[in-house]
Amino acid sequence: MSENSKPIDHTAWSDALYAAWTSRTPIAPLTEQVPGLTIDDAYQIQQGLAAHLISDGGAVIGYKLGLTSKPMQELLGVDEPDYGPLLSPMVYDDGASIDLAAYIQPKVEAEIALVLDRPLRGPNVTVLDAAQAIGSAAAAIEMVDSRIRDWNIKLLDTISDLASSAATIIGARAVSIEGWDPRLVGMIISRNGEVVATGAGAAALGNPVQAVAWLANTLALHGVGLEAGQLIMTGSLHAAFDVAPGDVIKAEFDRLGTVQVRMT
Amino acid sequence: MNFLASQLVHAVQTRTALDPGSTNLTPEEAYEIQDEVIEALGGSAPVAKLGLTSKAKQQQMKVAEPLYGWFVEGSEIRAGESLVSSELIQPRVEPEVAFLIGDDLAGPDVGAHQVLAATVSVMPAIDVLDSRYSGYSFTLPDVIADNASAAHYALGGPVPVEGINLRNVGCVFSKNGEVVGTAAGAAVMGHPAAAVAWFVRKLSERNQSLAAGSLVLAGALTGAIPVAAGDSVTVEIDRIGALDLAVR
Repeated sequence: MSENSKPIDHTAWSDALYAAWTSRTPIAPLTEQVPGLTIDDAYQIQQGLAAHLISDGGAVIGYKLGLTSKPMQELLGVDEPDYGPLLSPMVYDDGASIDLAAYIQPKVEAEIALVLDRPLRGPNVTVLDAAQAIGSAAAAIEMVDSRIRDWNIKLLDTISDLASSAATIIGARAVSIEGWDPRLVGMIISRNGEVVATGAGAAALGNPVQAVAWLANTLALHGVGLEAGQLIMTGSLHAAFDVAPGDVIKAEFDRLGTVQVRMT
Repeated sequence: MNFLASQLVHAVQTRTALDPGSTNLTPEEAYEIQDEVIEALGGSAPVAKLGLTSKAKQQQMKVAEPLYGWFVEGSEIRAGESLVSSELIQPRVEPEVAFLIGDDLAGPDVGAHQVLAATVSVMPAIDVLDSRYSGYSFTLPDVIADNASAAHYALGGPVPVEGINLRNVGCVFSKNGEVVGTAAGAAVMGHPAAAVAWFVRKLSERNQSLAAGSLVLAGALTGAIPVAAGDSVTVEIDRIGALDLAVR
């Protein structure tokens, strides 16, 4: 960093993103406005934004991963995923209705949710360690949104913006992960009864369990561990697509059952 | 012999691509050319393949229905054998579900349930394509005439279809250990058996039927990927099995 560059005011950018969120008015990419922004800055801005949302009522109940597919990583020119906290007010049950007026430019994607029944703390967490800490899996739909104008995001924009989180809809069945391979589980996502995309678990970082190991090891760099009971959204199994009021989105998973959300 | 048929046969025999296709034959005329091509290449095995079975591919090609072709005798790459890339023009591979049919199927009203009732077993399959048109650039009748780009196929072990919902099963396609595509069975016309039913109905339009003992590769679950010497591809289909193919 050059000598005359000013320190980045993380709080101001957290405030700006929170204002964009609550006013539903997107802002220009931080990567265009903040010279010298680093990945650590982006996660600090994310924490400030999360603190605002938590003070409105809520708690961290787990994490979500983003950029877990090779096509998305290539699109953003990165070779790693990113993560953000999952906040309790953003989580809905199967069959929920969501009012899209509260969002800016929402998209949906189907994911496998994994729930820990033991703590998991990096570094050096292996896929086997992660598999042993996971208690169950559930069908899930994630709705993402961007507080950055026109989804014109780079890696550090989406990290700062709570990993583009908006809402998570979780299926009602908690299924033990023993006896089947999460890599191979099939998924069909449909809009108003028409298949939009299909995929399988391996679309998320090669293996959704690997996604949990990556998360534990990455959080450990910040001295944070995963706790028993936490829910982890392991990443999309297909390309996200836009939704509009009136849409009924249904994700059907082999072995995990279905989860559905209605947009109003 | 039809001129296009002779060009296609020559392209196969000399491993030389034709210029991009641009014929405006009807599909019926194109299937007659396909018959001539298959005959000239030694006749077909009772092994069919379906193409353009995904909505995405149909939209890309601006067509409303799939197509079929037949593998010629000797096209199977058996367990332990490799795909020899130098014997082909521009090989691509796709993961599919294959159906072994145990009863004759015929008629204009056959549906997925009848196909499943007639299915002895299903198995993971790799369809090796080799368009005889440069750059896989063709119209629907062009690719019908070119026998649906058929070149080779490889099969994994058979399992009974009872108790498997082929609509939901996941498929992971990897090349050299890296995931290149994932899907569920519904990627093929909503259900792979629906694609086989389409095939039987299409055959009935030509007063043909699908004979007991036939094998049908039901259409690609993911996009096709190019392969070259040194590559290795793996198809894994949940509840059915896995299959590797090495390329040399």
